[in-house]
Amino acid sequence: MNGTASDRRAGAQSGERARRKFDLSRLFALVRKESLQAIRDPSTILIAFVLPVILLFLFAYAVSLDVREVRIGVVLESDGGSAQSLAAAFAGTRYLTVTPARDRREVADQVVSGKLRGFVVIPQDFERRLASPGAAPLVQVITDGSQPNTANFVANYARGVVQTWQAGRSAAAQPAVIALEPRYWFNPELESRRSLVPGAIAIVMTIIGTMLTALVVAREWERGTMEAVLSTPASVVEILIGKLLPYFVLGMLATISATLLAIHVFDVPLRGSWLALLLLSAVFLIPALGQGLLISAITRNQFLASQIALFSGFLPSFLLSGFLFEIDAMPPTIQAITFLIPARYFVASLQTVFLAGDVWAVFLPNLAAMAVIGMFFFAIARHKTRKNLES
Amino acid sequence: MRRLFKIFPNARLRAQMVKELLSILRDPRSRLVVFLPPLMQLFIFAFATTLEVRNADIAVHDRDAGHWSHEFVARVAAADFVREVHTVHSRDELRALIDERKVIAALEMGPDFSRDIAAGGTGTAQVIVDGRRSNAGQITVAYLSTIAADVGAAATRDTREASPIVVRNWFNPNLIYRWFVVPALSGILVFFSGLMITALSIARERELGTFDQLLVSPTTTTEIIVAKAVPALAIGTVLGLLMIAAAAFGFRVPLKGSFWLLLPSLELFILSVVGIGLMISAVCATQQQAILGTFAVGVPAVLMSGFATPVENMPTVLQWMAQGIPLTHFLILVEGTFLKAMPLSDIIANTWPLAVIALVTLSMAVVFVRSRLQ
Repeated sequence: MNGTASDRRAGAQSGERARRKFDLSRLFALVRKESLQAIRDPSTILIAFVLPVILLFLFAYAVSLDVREVRIGVVLESDGGSAQSLAAAFAGTRYLTVTPARDRREVADQVVSGKLRGFVVIPQDFERRLASPGAAPLVQVITDGSQPNTANFVANYARGVVQTWQAGRSAAAQPAVIALEPRYWFNPELESRRSLVPGAIAIVMTIIGTMLTALVVAREWERGTMEAVLSTPASVVEILIGKLLPYFVLGMLATISATLLAIHVFDVPLRGSWLALLLLSAVFLIPALGQGLLISAITRNQFLASQIALFSGFLPSFLLSGFLFEIDAMPPTIQAITFLIPARYFVASLQTVFLAGDVWAVFLPNLAAMAVIGMFFFAIARHKTRKNLES
Repeated sequence: MRRLFKIFPNARLRAQMVKELLSILRDPRSRLVVFLPPLMQLFIFAFATTLEVRNADIAVHDRDAGHWSHEFVARVAAADFVREVHTVHSRDELRALIDERKVIAALEMGPDFSRDIAAGGTGTAQVIVDGRRSNAGQITVAYLSTIAADVGAAATRDTREASPIVVRNWFNPNLIYRWFVVPALSGILVFFSGLMITALSIARERELGTFDQLLVSPTTTTEIIVAKAVPALAIGTVLGLLMIAAAAFGFRVPLKGSFWLLLPSLELFILSVVGIGLMISAVCATQQQAILGTFAVGVPAVLMSGFATPVENMPTVLQWMAQGIPLTHFLILVEGTFLKAMPLSDIIANTWPLAVIALVTLSMAVVFVRSRLQ
């Protein structure tokens, strides 16, 4: 830049820009143009309506945190009657698919190859161990530790089978001193689908809000049409609203259709109100769209925009939002990062509005957080858009 | 760099490859974006993704206030996985804490809890769990049961309560979740980056109009596909090796198997990903379509690959579909090589599907590009 003259001109320009009247008919024309552009591209429809259905379906049926059919081996080294009855107890357990064996070498290789998730060894001296309780553990359980979650399930199921079998053998066995009676509120059947499907809506909205917007606006910058639109009498605010409104509507439509699917197809209850759900979705779209706009204004290149949207929008909303992985269990630094992820607030609210009901004590702070992050993104995005014009 | 490509005898092909590589790596920003964010993600997500329960808040509604309920609560408060115990005095308070997600579970002891235990009976405690977080809730209940059993053992001074089983976890004795996550994440991040780079390659040229120029030049369709596949393969390999190095040296995940067996599987994996990316690219008219197409293919693929949950838990039809996803096989290979020191036979059992996928997708890409010509 050469000195103050151009600075002053730029200042005057932006001052003039700000003074321009907000024109509704101009805004309407912009919105119409953007909407047509969005609807005519088949990829928009794919992302806004087809992908959500696929994602909800996968979260409902493919991604199940409840380990239901664990394949294990049962190595029966003893020929005794009780050993065989324990082996039969394993084979008869609903959650286990058992491969019987006589020698542990038969099943060890299958644990390495991943065909089995572990095996149980009923040892040669099983009858003797049974006769002198407490001296030595009855059976040995080997798990495939390369999948820690499944390994835990194998150990817990095996312990449960052995304990039930023992209790069945000696009716006079001592009762437990403390009995815990778990009650799972909001989700008594413990269907992981019921908490995953609401969370999946947050993922879908992030894809539409951040990903799609970042791409569309970055394309305009890349092709130079953004400068062309900015040089028209329309103000920056009008242009931005014109750009974002169609995607806002698309996001809301996707939420509504995803919710209808969740309720009627995937059997997830909506215990809260539609009003709360739509309010939460609308407010979540502020940071989602703002982030998309910001990414496009910084990169002005579709490839860069897609990569940054992927790594700063989609993956964090997937992994850092508390949707699959508990935020409380993360290290403090990572927990601090999650506060910056809008999806974190949205996922908690969605799970509540679907499963618990309208708990405004949860919604209000979350709404406020999403709005603040959204405003922040928009403020920087607007600043960047101006700067882009001046440089 | 030109010298590096001398190994390819065909000069035309060589020139195209150099051009493709430069089109991705020339811009310093995109050079940065290809390598830096995936590595950053690896570090963040490696710490973030855990299915354990830690720092949990528990509410306690103790209507007994006797010796054994105090003992139980004290042990819960001292447990490793608990951050804070909130004492409440009414059911309403308890309900509010659960509703507002302030606690993941609440313990409620009835007025007869200690008396029942002292009389040699069973003290019953209710555990109310936030079902919105069903997985973490179940794990919390399992932890609490262990504590209850310990208190019970202390009450009866009975050593026979010892667990009837002994558990040994192969390959990962302490079940460190990171050992599972880091190799898996390196596969996922390479998968996404490779897919995106290749999906954009043809679509970008088509959007800019340079693809038509390429088609009227003497190059053959196969040459075009090879020229686009090789640079992506090179970038993917560098990224994959960086990830594997980070896993082995940064995160100290034990690399028990042979690196030299993992390398060919990595190459075949990237090649099959490149094939899928080029297929997407061939049917897309614009970059935007290519990026969104990558998403529509990539996200379901990651979900079905067995990263989030094991493939064998899925419905049978989805299990079959999962076999067509390169990531499914690569996850078995990378976990197997790192932790299990998988023998050659198991490696081959999981690499031939990758070779088939690569072959099918790359030839499909050639067919798609050719059909666009007519």
